[in-house]
Amino acid sequence: MDNLNIYISGVGGQGIGLLSKVLAQACLKAKYDIKSVDTHGLAQRGGTVVSQIRIGEDIYSPLIPKGEADIVIGLERLEALRAMPMLKPEGGRVLYYETQVQPIDVRLDDHNYPKKNELEAYIKKINGELKSVRNDDIPDVRMQNIVLLAEISKLGWIEKVNVELIKTVLKEILPESIKAMNLELFKKLANA
Amino acid sequence: MNRFVEKLLNPEPHQELIMGNYALVRAMLESGVKVATTYPGSPTPEIAAAIRAIPDEKRSLYFEYSVNEKVALEIALGASVNGHLSTVFFKSVGLNVAADSAVQLALMNVKGGMVIILGDDPGAHSSQNEQDNRHFARTSYIPMLEPATPTEAYKMYKEATKLSKKHQMPIFLRMTTHVCHANEVIEFDSLKIKDYNWKSDFDPEDGPYLPITKSVFPLKRNALKKLEFMQKESENSAFNKIHSPHGSGEVMGMKLGIISSSMPVLSILENLKNVEYPIDLLQINFSFPFPKRKVERFLDNHDEVLILEELDRVLEQELKNIAWDCNAQCKLLSRQYNNDLVGELTPGRTWKILSDTWPDLFPPKQKIHEEPDISPRIAQMCPGCGHRSAFHAIKKALPEGTITVGDIGCHSLGFFKPYNMGEILLSMGHSNGTGSGLSIRNNQQKVVTFIGDSTFFHAGIPGIINAQYHDHNITLVVMENGTTAMTGHQPHPGSGEISAKISIKKILESIGIEFIRDIDTYNQKKLTKYMQEALDHEGFSVVIARHPCMLKFTREQRRKESYNPSHVKINQEKCRQIYECVQEFACPSFAKLEGGKVVVNEELCIGDGSCLQTCPVNAIEFEKHGGNNG
Repeated sequence: MDNLNIYISGVGGQGIGLLSKVLAQACLKAKYDIKSVDTHGLAQRGGTVVSQIRIGEDIYSPLIPKGEADIVIGLERLEALRAMPMLKPEGGRVLYYETQVQPIDVRLDDHNYPKKNELEAYIKKINGELKSVRNDDIPDVRMQNIVLLAEISKLGWIEKVNVELIKTVLKEILPESIKAMNLELFKKLANA
Repeated sequence: MNRFVEKLLNPEPHQELIMGNYALVRAMLESGVKVATTYPGSPTPEIAAAIRAIPDEKRSLYFEYSVNEKVALEIALGASVNGHLSTVFFKSVGLNVAADSAVQLALMNVKGGMVIILGDDPGAHSSQNEQDNRHFARTSYIPMLEPATPTEAYKMYKEATKLSKKHQMPIFLRMTTHVCHANEVIEFDSLKIKDYNWKSDFDPEDGPYLPITKSVFPLKRNALKKLEFMQKESENSAFNKIHSPHGSGEVMGMKLGIISSSMPVLSILENLKNVEYPIDLLQINFSFPFPKRKVERFLDNHDEVLILEELDRVLEQELKNIAWDCNAQCKLLSRQYNNDLVGELTPGRTWKILSDTWPDLFPPKQKIHEEPDISPRIAQMCPGCGHRSAFHAIKKALPEGTITVGDIGCHSLGFFKPYNMGEILLSMGHSNGTGSGLSIRNNQQKVVTFIGDSTFFHAGIPGIINAQYHDHNITLVVMENGTTAMTGHQPHPGSGEISAKISIKKILESIGIEFIRDIDTYNQKKLTKYMQEALDHEGFSVVIARHPCMLKFTREQRRKESYNPSHVKINQEKCRQIYECVQEFACPSFAKLEGGKVVVNEELCIGDGSCLQTCPVNAIEFEKHGGNNG
């Protein structure tokens, strides 16, 4: 596989850390060379959070240059849209969780929350591919990242990172207290 | 023992995908560090988290969260002159707090060895500035290593402990944010934890350790002499090396070179791979003392050399000195614009500087994408945060034009809209000094200062005692949430986790402050009243506005079997769309839909109920089993 850059964005508290850790470990199990980096900082306090995973043999910096992401994974609609300039100018792919976390500027009427078609228009312009997921039956909102993982493992956007591989990693790294519940959901959604 | 700790303590050589900060802990264990201290601050808190994850009986070192960086550094020094290998770590600006003692370190024979890990923050991801601590190596005569990758951080740390013991000299390991937080596969060596004899080995004869008047000079000469030895180490160090990704040769009839250090080395390599020219890159990651001979040779071998560094012009000054001394014939180039000294040197920004320097080789990049015109997302206080209730209630008590002085901590976020509280900020613990200054001969505006509890102990006490001693006419609000929240809930002397809680209120009482009120911030009405009284009080007055950190509390609750999530909801029949909840109290759990309806985002609401009292028509109600009031 050629180099592959995955840019993940969301809001602090949405579980981006786990999502990125699972993907990184799965890439490792698929024998890819990887580098990754998370933005921490004030992330916990409801700001934008970003995680970057880079796959390939001649990668030096863990930071993806603007316009070179192959895949954007958004944990929320506005943050997916914010990440668009990171995408490759032709044919980038986006998967996001269709939910809304309003920033203060939206609540104060200083800005609008973006509509779904703004994201669609952006993707259309670059001949990209857009997928969204949402699941209203999950027992806990912090399991949205599992919904995304199930989808990404089925989509096959990251060669070799398939359902089995992600399931194995989840078994290994999920804390005991939440393991059973999350695995069950993953298996159900990924038909594993 | 969890999986993470098992891997950290794995005695066998092995490979692991790991974060830079965690890799440092493996390096500490392998090197036999015996004492480690810190005060929490991004980007370094994960180092402490990894050390603490090791159960006591398996932990081969003493660790503590000291009250501030200065104390942490002094403890590490004390341990080292007593013969124990020690380490201290903190964020960039933490070094300012520690500086008074740090500048003395090189005068001491640190016979056990001592490594100081600095977490610099280019890009100010979580800091109040972009302080470049490379200057500090020069001020304090302390050698400096600057890793670009987690692997290098692991190797350099181990090397630093060896050099430090060998030359009895402290060493800086300067990390930057994205080296701390980068993950890559590292090949770890074996780990042998030996039995350790905690022999007290302090002997004044090993010093002297007393720099006073004339005795300063031999100590300073000793430090300078040691730097000469370190110079040789840096000259021969494998961390200072040349990368020639496309071989060596001429471009445009000239030999081109770049000199850089730490993480920008990666950004440069990332860009060089996209061109085919044979440009040599000299990385100087053992950067102080500067490897003079190596650099002279590089200058001699090239016609044009670009100095490409992050933040200040530190390498540039070193290089220009050398070029002058050796009468270098090559052309020295450097960054052209002030803006190049601002922010992180990402791969994209590095291309821009290369392009400004050699436009024929690195053509300017066209803008690829339109930036979407979307709302910013500023960090904010969490749902249920006691600080929100405090700001909401306090704001109601403040006369028009009151000056509010913020401090470092979660409550710094009070400056953002809609609260706009805490209008000036310098550093940890500054608020009462700055506030006192603002209050001098000021009968036009009231002055209110804020301080968090961890900051109170860290550097807040002197400003408070000064305000009391000189009876400055300010009102201090202590925002007490029982933890060091912003950096990830580390303990502090008032949190009661390590030993008996030290009471902030008793400390304040003991210095004779007349007006002290103490209130849970969820009791907003009473807090407003106390604030009004405090402002009416002539002279120094204090309100302790306390509520436990709800992020910490909620996480602890969620771990319990009995946890039963609850939420509030808006009774739409009662709601008159006054928007006090969503726009003034502004808990992030409220959302305002198009058309004006207010709803509760159950993904965020923790059911704390602090919002109920803010609604003038009582339209906010508990859903399910009623309130869980923290």
